[in-house]
Order: sequence, then C-alpha cells, then structure tokens
Amino acid sequence: MDLEHLSQAPTDAETRAIDALLGPAAPDSHGAPVVHGPTPREARARRTFLLPALIALQERVGWISPGGLGYVCRRLGVPPAEAWGVATFYALLAVEERPAAFAHVCDDVACASRGAEELCSAMEARLGPCASSAHRAEPHAPRAGHAARWAKSPCLGLCDQAPAALVTVAGERPVEQAFGGATLARVEEALAGKRVAPASFALASLGPRRLLARAGDAKATTLDGYAALGGYRALERAFELGPEGVRKEVNASKLVGRGGAAFPTGRKWDAVARHVGKQRHVVCNADESEPGTFKDRVLLEQDPFAVLEAMTIAGFATGATKGWIYLRGEYPLAAERLASAITAARAAGKLGARIGGRDVAFDVALRRGAGAYICGEETALLASIEGFRGEPRTKPPFPVDVGLFGEPTAINNVETLVAALDVVRDGAASYASVGTAGSPGTKLFCLSGRVARPGVYEVPFGTPLSALVEFAGGVPGGKAITGVLLGGVAGTFVGPKRLDLALSFEAARAAGTTLGSGVVFVMDDSIELLPMLRRIAAFFRDESCGQCVPCRVGTVRQEELLARLARGAARGGLDVEKQLLAELGQAMRDASICGLGQTASSAIESAFVEFDSLGPLGRKRS
Amino acid sequence: MSESKRTIELTIDGRKTSVPEGSTLLQACQGLAIDVPTFCWAENLTPVNVCRICVVELEGARTLVPACSRKAEAGMVVQTESERVKLSRKLVLELLGSSVDMSLASEFQALATKYDAHPERFGPRAPRAAPGEREAARAGHHYAEDGEHAANVAQPKKVDNELFVRDYAKCMLCYKCVEACGTDAQNTFAIAVAGRGFDARIATELEAPLPDSACVFCGNCVGVCPTGALMFKAESDVREKGEWDESRQTVTDTICPYCGVGCQLTLRVQANQILRVTSPADHSVTSGHLCIKGRFGWGFVQGKKP
Ligand SMILES: Cc1cc2nc3c(=O)[nH]c(=O)nc-3n(C[C@H](O)[C@H](O)[C@H](O)COP(=O)(O)O)c2cc1C
Ligand code: SF4
Ligand code: SF4
Ligand code: SF4
Ligand code: FES
Ligand code: FES
Repeated sequence: MDLEHLSQAPTDAETRAIDALLGPAAPDSHGAPVVHGPTPREARARRTFLLPALIALQERVGWISPGGLGYVCRRLGVPPAEAWGVATFYALLAVEERPAAFAHVCDDVACASRGAEELCSAMEARLGPCASSAHRAEPHAPRAGHAARWAKSPCLGLCDQAPAALVTVAGERPVEQAFGGATLARVEEALAGKRVAPASFALASLGPRRLLARAGDAKATTLDGYAALGGYRALERAFELGPEGVRKEVNASKLVGRGGAAFPTGRKWDAVARHVGKQRHVVCNADESEPGTFKDRVLLEQDPFAVLEAMTIAGFATGATKGWIYLRGEYPLAAERLASAITAARAAGKLGARIGGRDVAFDVALRRGAGAYICGEETALLASIEGFRGEPRTKPPFPVDVGLFGEPTAINNVETLVAALDVVRDGAASYASVGTAGSPGTKLFCLSGRVARPGVYEVPFGTPLSALVEFAGGVPGGKAITGVLLGGVAGTFVGPKRLDLALSFEAARAAGTTLGSGVVFVMDDSIELLPMLRRIAAFFRDESCGQCVPCRVGTVRQEELLARLARGAARGGLDVEKQLLAELGQAMRDASICGLGQTASSAIESAFVEFDSLGPLGRKRS
Repeated sequence: MSESKRTIELTIDGRKTSVPEGSTLLQACQGLAIDVPTFCWAENLTPVNVCRICVVELEGARTLVPACSRKAEAGMVVQTESERVKLSRKLVLELLGSSVDMSLASEFQALATKYDAHPERFGPRAPRAAPGEREAARAGHHYAEDGEHAANVAQPKKVDNELFVRDYAKCMLCYKCVEACGTDAQNTFAIAVAGRGFDARIATELEAPLPDSACVFCGNCVGVCPTGALMFKAESDVREKGEWDESRQTVTDTICPYCGVGCQLTLRVQANQILRVTSPADHSVTSGHLCIKGRFGWGFVQGKKP
C-alpha cells in the first residue's frame, strides 16, 4: 500500500486525538499498525475504528486533514483511497479546512414551517453564505468552502422545538450542542462555545403511559433513580422466563418493529437465537434521521437505562453477548447520557461478563454516525459500524443470518426495544390490553409543523389521526388542517378528507399509507406544497448513497421535475410530467436496492393524489 | 464440488428448469438461453448488483430482484420480460443515458431500442462540469437545479499518465474497476468510490493523480470497464484524432512473453500500433487480469524507448 500522498505528518493534536482512541502507536513504527500480517479477524477488528477515528479528528481539529487521514490509515491499515471514500460519505465530516466552530442550521420541512427560512437569511447576512453555496459561487475554485461557518442541514430530530440548529466547536474539549428555538443570537452564543438553554417541548400520553413512563423524570437518567422507578424489573423477569420464555412472550405480544418496516420482533429474535454456537449481536438502531422523527431521541436522552436494559434482554433472548448502539451524529445529548449510563451499568454489574451475578454476559458499545440518513437502513448501518461506506446491500441474506461482521444480528429500533421491556415485564396479555387486535399496545408519534403543542405523544394503536392532532392542540389559531404528512418523507400525505384514519398498522395499510417512523407533520394553508415537495426531493437526492442507478439518478430527475413545476415550466404539459413522475416512482420502487430509493417518490406521488381537489398542485397560486 | 450439490427446480418464463444449488437466476436464465441484460455484472468479479438493468419479476416478492446476484431457490416463479421488468429496464436505460455518456458501452444502443428508452425526455443535458467541480461536491449538499437541463456527469478527462486515461463523463459507477483493483484481482486498493449520491465518483485519496496514488498500473480496471471511461491512452489518442476505424484493425491472440506464468493476451492493432491489450475473462490463468508489463509494456514493439 502506497501512502505517498498522505505522507504529510499529522499535527500533535491530531496524533493525540487518535492515540487517545486507539492507544499509543508502537515506538519507531511511524504510526504503522502494531500487528504485522494481520489475520482477517484482526484487520476487521481495526477497521471498525475507522469512523470513530475520523470523528475524533473532526471533533479535535474541525476537519479531516490529509495528515490526520494518513495517520489514521497507517494506524488502522486501511487503504487511503478507501478511507477517503468513507470520509467523503458523511455530511458531518469536513474534508477541507474550516473554522473550529461550525453551525448546521435545519431547513427541513418542520423547521421550514416555523421560521427556518428567516433564520437562514439572518445567518447569511451575519456569517456569510452557507458552505454549500460557497462551492456554487466559485465552481472553479474547488476548495472555496474554507471560510464558511455554517451550512444548511436536513432534519436534526428537534422538530418539536423548530427551528433547530447543531453547533459544534472543535477543540481539546469539543462542545457540541443541538438545540431548538434557534435564533441568530442563540446560534452565535453556541458558536462562541457558550451553553445554550434547551427549548421546551411536549410529552404526553392519551391512554396508559408506558413508553414515556419515565421520560421527563430526571431521576431516570441515574441508575439508582431508574431502579427506583421500576427499572431492571423486566430483566429480572426475563431471567425467570429464560431465553425461550422471553421470545415466546414477545411473539405472543405481536410486537412489530417501530423502525418503519413493521417486522415481527419475536420472529427476528427467534431467527438469531437459532444460530447456536456462533457469536451473535444485538444492534440498537438509534440513527433516527427520517425528517420529522424525534421520538427515539426523547427515549435515549430521558430514559437511557431502559434502552440498555431492553438490549440486555434482547441479548439474553437471542444468545448475543455483544450489543451496539448506532446513534446518529446529530444527537450529542443522547450520546452523553448513553455513555454515562453504560459506564454506570457496567460499574453496577448490569452490563459485563456476569450480569446480576449470573452466567449471562452482555456488553454495549456506543457508535456514533456522522450525518447520513442511509445509515439507518439496517445493512448500511452494519457497513458503517464495520468501517465501510454506508451502502446497503441486497437481502437476502438478512442480518439475522449474516449481520455485523458476517455474524447473526438482531437489529431493532429504540422504541421497539423499549416496548419489548413492557412486554417482558408485564406479559403479552397486559401489553395487549390497549390497542387493536392487529396492533396491540401503544405507539409514539412525533407531532410537528402547524400544531399548537408539538412533541412526542404516546397513544394506543387505533386512535384516530384527527383525535391525536386535536390532543396536541390542533392548528394554532383554530385554523383548518389542510393535510398531514404521515410516517415521514418516506410515508405519504393524508388529505383533509381522510383525517379520521385510525392509527394502526392494518388501517394504515388498508388506506395505502404507513405509520412509518411515527411522523405526524401537520399542515395548514400557510404551508406551500411545492416548496415542501422540493425539499423532500432534495433530501432524497442528498441522502441517496449513490450505489444503484434508479435511486442515484431517479432522485435527481424527480427533483428536476418538481423544479420545473415550481417554475410553471412543465415540459410537455402537466400530464406528461405526471406520467414521467409515475414511471420514475415505479422504477425506483421496483428496482432500487433499498428502502430509500423504494420510498423516495412515495410522499411526492401521494401529494398529487391527496391534494388534487385543491388544484393541480395543492395550493392555488395567489 | 458440484457432485454434492443439490439441484433446484424453478420456473422461468413458464419453462421449468433445474440448476445446481447456489446458482444465480442469471445462470438459470443462461441455461435456458434467455437473454438477461447486464452492465455491472462480470463473470470474473463478485456481483455488486448496482446497475439494476438485470432485474426480473419474482412471484411473491414486493420488488423486482437482480438476476445477476439473486440465488435460485426451489419453486421460484420468475418472469424476465413482464411489463414491470420492461418499465424498470427502460427507466434504468433512460437514467443512465441521460446522465452518463454511454456511447461506447456495448449493447447500450440496442437495449435502448429494445426497451423503447428515450433519455432525452428528461431534457437537454446540462453543460459539462468545470475541472474540480464534481470533486468539490460535498455529501448532503447540492445545488438545486432548475429542471431546465438534465444533470449529468459530463466533466473533463483525467489524463495524468502515459498508459491510460480516465474519462469519468463515461462512468456509470458500476464498481467494476474498484473491485478489480481490490480483492477481486489486484489487491492494490488504489481507487474507491468517494462522495455520495449523484456526486459519488471513483477516486484516489484526496482525488490525487494516479501516479501519486497506490496505483501500480496493472490496467485491470481498464480491462473490466464496460463504458470506455477507462481507456488505453493509445486508443484514446487515436479516437480523439477521429482515426478510430475498426475495419482497419486486427485482433490477435498471443501469450505474454515476459514471464513464465503464460497469460493469454488479445492485442487490438490499427496501423501497426497496439491500441488495446486484454485477456479473456474466462482464461484459466488470468481470469482476464494482467500486470503492467503484459498490459502496457509494448513500447518496444512500436520501436519506442521504454
Ligand atoms: C433509508 C432508511 C432509513 C432507515 N432509518 C431507520 C432509523 O433511523 N431507525 C430505525 O430504527 N430504523 C430505520 N430504518 C429501518 C431499518 O432498516 C430496520 O428495518 C429497523 O431498524 C429494524 O428495527 P425494528 O424491527 O425494530 O423496526 C430505515 C430504513 C431505511 C430504508
Ligand atoms: S436505493 Fe438509494 S440509498 Fe438504497 S442502495 Fe440504492 S442508491 Fe443507495
Ligand atoms: S491500474 Fe491496477 S492498480 Fe491502478 S487503479 Fe487500475 S486496477 Fe488499480
Ligand atoms: S470507471 Fe468504468 S469500471 Fe469504473 S465504475 Fe466507472 S464505468 Fe465502472
Ligand atoms: S429539526 Fe428541523 S425539520 Fe426536524
Ligand atoms: S447486472 Fe445485475 S444489477 Fe447490474
């Protein structure tokens, strides 16, 4: 392997940041890996530190310099071209020098409905153009992003507090803050390294408070407090039931995944448990990047031990001894809370070689993403942990058979895991005491947009959509709801005539929509549909991993098509454009590798159907 | 190896067939002489299944499946030319044709005709990117186009060595070169996919020129490139002068004289000049892959100083 182009020496700060993560390099090795002729297992064990190492550089010096990248390659034995491929995959990693303090300002759908545009204009006036437009201004000067201090960002998972920003200040003690209620003044404060006060948000239950039982109670963030609130009783119960008993209970509860695909959790755990004798893994998918989704963040920040307890139960039930949390990079508070919860749980013997003094081993590693929606897709997530680009692969084989490092892996969403906690502690029958026959239990919904009290709401399955919106205060000022984006940008619009839709998996399916990740984005007539559709199209274009043709190019063509409509420049008339969109959508749905491409036209196509009565594009031009 | 393998029975286009366990649907189709188009698949590389031209309809599956990599299973019922299949293939051809220069990709034009693909319906092509522009794109950001032009990957050629040129305006991102440079053949890892989405591209570290990278100039990436994006400099020069003329060319098989391995070479010659050197992908010694000497070391034949 030739490292010539990366032979520039790392700075002392960079060396220290990497050595703090990987341990010191062997003397006189010039940072080369200590192990020579590594076995595939050793190489694999080191490669998984590639993304953590890149994040360490980003946090320490604010970008991935050639010297820093080269040092990481030498320490980990990763070919520089591949490391470059990984570094350029993630939106939060900068590969050109920029100021240590940097702001990511959300301009996604929920924030756009609550003042993001004004905030971005103010940012531009004070701090200069957004980093991406700096490239545009001078395409001939490819490194023109240098001086930019801020960039627009897709949804930051703070839509309940919109508009939102993420501010990172690199340094010896990096400061990372994600906050809502963002104003120019608050962003500037954060850029100066000062702590910004959190904004307020709603947490409420219509019916039994289960998933949110502890959220909002500060006690839950300490181990003793968590135990006092009934924590770790489910794990005790799991030990009584035994692995098979736990899986039986989860199967009986009909619990299905809350990450979007609604796959039965019990069946997933059974499939992993079947691989007796192999190293198995449990992965908590905490990548939550679907625009409009923030429920997992609330659980992770406010109830971190519940996530650890549930993962431990999943490990016990499936025979997995290794747990991984893949947390989206934009959630610094959750990262802090989880890291300290893991430390406390280990110290108390709730994680480790002998949990609760029994012959049960399970430990959890926390991994952070770096700005890539696609890394929430399960196979992309695994690739990301392994140190490769977050590119999904075709299934089969499924992760339950061929998962992390090729080993059987149960991947579950945060909310799925926390729901399993209730199932195991109270039993399947008790769990099903609310909800519908097809969808027992409760579900978290993320209310955002033009709603009086945005926040996370727990409701029994079967609750009508209109009742939920009303519970959250309806549209401010008593205005009429013009529609809802349900399930996220990978979901569909629900027009004003269908707001009585029952929120259950079966009713959603029958209505041709999806609960997706629980997004309920409420619209009134202040929301212009076409700009919103363009933002959604831009999101998919930005977040496509780029691997397969239907999605890589199809998402671009879809955005171009909407741009034409927005300019009133339909090519060949509206019907021709609609036909083109339908064909694009069909091909993306049918021929894309993964769910991103398969759903990239879902919301957009549904808008044309749901809002037809409002005029061709949902809103009369005034 | 094969005697212990079970046989799998399935139905393709209404015809029953049986294949050894582990076969792909593509292999099953080939057994029935059913034509399934491929771009990113090659017999000497691990399937990456990214181009999606090979999709077929599998009964009971929510989406179409890539024939090149989906394993045959007992009882599968497959349609290779259903309406859904035709639509997806048409769109894949249109999306490729409108974003990449596919003029040298063999079969592209024939397939476009067969599937009634009209890449031009996405509008006129956007102008070529300035030098460095595509490399400067950053994950998660792009310039929203106005929809007047169809965005594409047109960009200047990269000519940074005497042996081969990289004309990424013709790159369909099939990953073949990356695989050939990596574990499938060369194990050099000089190139990888960088960037994301439509801005994804084949790159060395920091987009460095090839001579500054790990590249050992084996040319195996050139050998597998299906679109002419990677091309012998000799061939590229002749084409640029407008002198490329297949009727004046000879194709000669020979054995590489350099070492004792015995690699088979196929030389394409025009006007006494060797323009391209390949090796058959099914050759037992090379699997289509060569080293720098067998691939490029023919200056002496031309009477050039090495
Ligand atoms: C583009 C894309 C993004 C996804 N993002 C997430 C995510 O952020 N969190 C999540 O739990 N699942 C996400 N999923 C779904 C996962 O692939 C997977 O189905 C899920 O984590 C399984 O957990 P569950 O069975 O508990 O739902 C995503 C899927 C796709 C296609
Ligand atoms: S559908 Fe999109 S995100 Fe998924 S693999 Fe294909 S290009 Fe990547
Ligand atoms: S010539 Fe050989 S070493 Fe160089 S990029 Fe191509 S395959 Fe890799
Ligand atoms: S350069 Fe050629 S081989 Fe490489 S990805 Fe592009 S089209 Fe495929
Ligand atoms: S935080 Fe801005 S849209 Fe979600
Ligand atoms: S040939 Fe099968 S996906 Fe490309």
